[in-house]
Amino acid sequence: MTDRHEPLVDIRGLSVAFPAQGDEPVVQGADLTIHPGECVALVGESGSGKSVTARSLLGLTGDGARIEAAQFRIRGRDARTFREADWRRLRGNLTGLVMQDALVSLDPLRTIGQEVGEVLTEHRLVSGGAALTERVHATLAKVGMPRPAERARQFAHQLSGGLRQRALIAAAIAAEPDLIIADEPTTALDPGIQDQVLAVLADRVREGAGLLLISHDLALVARIAHRVIVMRAGRIVDAGSTQEVLEQPRHPYTRQLLAAIPSAASRGSRLASARISAGQGSSTIEREPSPPRAAVEPRPVLEVSDIAKHYAHRAAAGQTGTFTALEGVSFTVRAGEVLGIIGASGSGKSTCAKIVLGLLEPDAGEVRLLGELWTRIPEPRRRPLRRRLQYIPQDPLSSFDPRYRVADIIAENLPDTGARGRRARVLALLNQVGLSGGVIDRHPRALSGGQRQRVAIARALAAEPALIVCDEPVSALDIGIQAQILDLLADLQGRLSTAMLFISHDWGVVQHLADRVLVFQDGRIVDQGSVADVFGSAIVNTVPGRLSAA
Amino acid sequence: MTASPHSAPAAVALSTEGLVGTVASVPTSVLRATRFRPRHPPRFILAAGFLAMLALVALGPGLFTRYDPLTGDFSETLKGPSWVHPFGTDRLGRDVLARTLYGTRYSLLIGLAGMAVSAAAGVLLGVLAGLRNRLLDEAVSRLFDVLSSFPGVLLAMLVVTFLGQGMANIAIAVGIAGIPKFGRVVRAQTQLVRDADYVTHAAIYGLGRSRIFLRHVLPNVLVAVPVIATIYIGNTILVVSGLSFLGLGPQPPTPEWGVMLAESRDVLRVAWWPGVFPGLAITLTVIAFSIVGGVLQKRFEGRIA
Repeated sequence: MTDRHEPLVDIRGLSVAFPAQGDEPVVQGADLTIHPGECVALVGESGSGKSVTARSLLGLTGDGARIEAAQFRIRGRDARTFREADWRRLRGNLTGLVMQDALVSLDPLRTIGQEVGEVLTEHRLVSGGAALTERVHATLAKVGMPRPAERARQFAHQLSGGLRQRALIAAAIAAEPDLIIADEPTTALDPGIQDQVLAVLADRVREGAGLLLISHDLALVARIAHRVIVMRAGRIVDAGSTQEVLEQPRHPYTRQLLAAIPSAASRGSRLASARISAGQGSSTIEREPSPPRAAVEPRPVLEVSDIAKHYAHRAAAGQTGTFTALEGVSFTVRAGEVLGIIGASGSGKSTCAKIVLGLLEPDAGEVRLLGELWTRIPEPRRRPLRRRLQYIPQDPLSSFDPRYRVADIIAENLPDTGARGRRARVLALLNQVGLSGGVIDRHPRALSGGQRQRVAIARALAAEPALIVCDEPVSALDIGIQAQILDLLADLQGRLSTAMLFISHDWGVVQHLADRVLVFQDGRIVDQGSVADVFGSAIVNTVPGRLSAA
Repeated sequence: MTASPHSAPAAVALSTEGLVGTVASVPTSVLRATRFRPRHPPRFILAAGFLAMLALVALGPGLFTRYDPLTGDFSETLKGPSWVHPFGTDRLGRDVLARTLYGTRYSLLIGLAGMAVSAAAGVLLGVLAGLRNRLLDEAVSRLFDVLSSFPGVLLAMLVVTFLGQGMANIAIAVGIAGIPKFGRVVRAQTQLVRDADYVTHAAIYGLGRSRIFLRHVLPNVLVAVPVIATIYIGNTILVVSGLSFLGLGPQPPTPEWGVMLAESRDVLRVAWWPGVFPGLAITLTVIAFSIVGGVLQKRFEGRIA
């Protein structure tokens, strides 16, 4: 179909603007070439224009977009003259698109098999029901879907996140397109599943397809991309082979992105101010140390002993089975300690957090907070102690009353004092989390993601807690903001020596911040110890695979 | 609930703060885009203007006409529209414009009162149903089913038959018919709010149940009420006029729009104006309310999503 040497996509000087939203283009002067058998990664923060660039390759930028390019060739044809019918022939058939959220991208009323088969019938690539079924099953098998014939009859909601994403990839590659566009295909997935999904995509590249991989995760793209393009505020700031870009980053922005990635190596130092100095052939990351930590006291703040939680669920027709969400979990958080909890989704870490927060009663075992019984007591008895246990959520915005302004949100959690002292205290707290006093009367809706998370942290600190439960507090943030928030948490922890229970699925984040780690899998703690023990031992290589067993 | 679409660009612009230093600054258009808000559509401005005028007329109808709505001039019966009587006169020689203007008072007042009855009872029942008591929910929801299985006018007629005629009773009757409309929306809103993250968080932060309810649940449920009220008030006015037309509401010679319509029926063969103008007043008022309500609803939904 295409000459082996001719690029699948050859774009020079691409600009995309949405005149209804302002004159400034969302993408400006972008160059992009993708050859057959090549994986090109487009990296950047949210809003950097990477998704819009990718969508323009499919004619999916939507109405109201103004696209200009000095050259816009897809498979040797000038795409500037394409009509909707030309684009439609391209989509699915010659170019496949994999999107981030499989649950919303798959039709809830149709089976996986129908979804995958649609592209084949739509472009009349197979004829006959038997041939279609066979092709669908073969495609599902190709993406590593276990028992494809059975899965093809299931609906999207019956599959786990990893399988769903694979079904979406199956739909994208069913017609064997020679160009695949994957927009954050693994962002919502656990590390082990991420590997499997990437492997499926990498297979297609090896078979000769071109792949445009869009991601905000530099570490991820390093594993499969041949070339990396770094975008920022609508412009390409850095581009080159993966090795060049990631190992000898030339552009300051790329360097900063790389330096801000948390890992075991970044423990005890600040992330946001880290810089890469590139020498000849090698580069080193220079970091400033974080302020010294207060010593961990032996006094326990939270004692969890042997808790279990089971749910009943419908197993087969008429029968009910029990699902073990949590079994035999015991641990202690000492004063001034950061305890990391890591595990794939469904490993029981969220259930554990709910029990610790007193939102859910365990079926067995007990929890003690500051030496006092915390589980299986009536809520009014729990209430006086609640202020000592605070919470930082993943999505702070939904945890704010929509009518409240920043001042109200923080003030609500302050001990009862006069209105005057209150405002001063709120300002002091905002200052403590690195926000200017100017945000005090604003609505959280008008704040950025990082600012919102800072408000949530200030709210938690307002109660002067002994323990803060952080549930994936940085996983929704861009890497630069993540670095700032992690620095802030480390700072505050060092200064106030508040104990923290830090829940995350990101190994790097936990390695960076936690003193001790619990590894959750299938509702049990399968490994625990100091960060060096858990991550330093041979386990480090096997753990991601082990997590993926779910 | 996710962040509103408008805030996303701001997040982008600000998220690069720490990383800016070495690179060119963020384009200002990104920031400008966040201040972009949809303007009021012209039909909204027209409708809202009409309603504002209506409110003025209801407050002081005497400012807009020098005629008395109740006393007629028998030498001037059934005169067509002219400079002296822009809407003409009815068969008792009363000025139709004056009667239509004074009628605004009755129609708006009864409509508002009926709405207040619906809103008060609907909010109370809806909140009760929306809380976590299943039995209560079933009982209240079935009550809504029963009430809404009668057509609004019929139900109101039944209630008026029990209570007797009169303006207060007709407001109560129309109000009862409107309860399920409020109740169902308030119930759904209560369920939405009670499961919202911020309510869970308030519990985590140690607030008592009644304080959570008063501070976080109820206010966020009530934000929906003015929107529903605006949408349904037009309908209420229509039903009130219908009942008055049937003689169940205010009695002649009260210058109520429905009553005026009823009176005009006998002379419709010879004079169109005593019926058309009050009819037009009803139509325009109902349309204006539904336009304003529709726009408010869209804005409200945009804010919640």
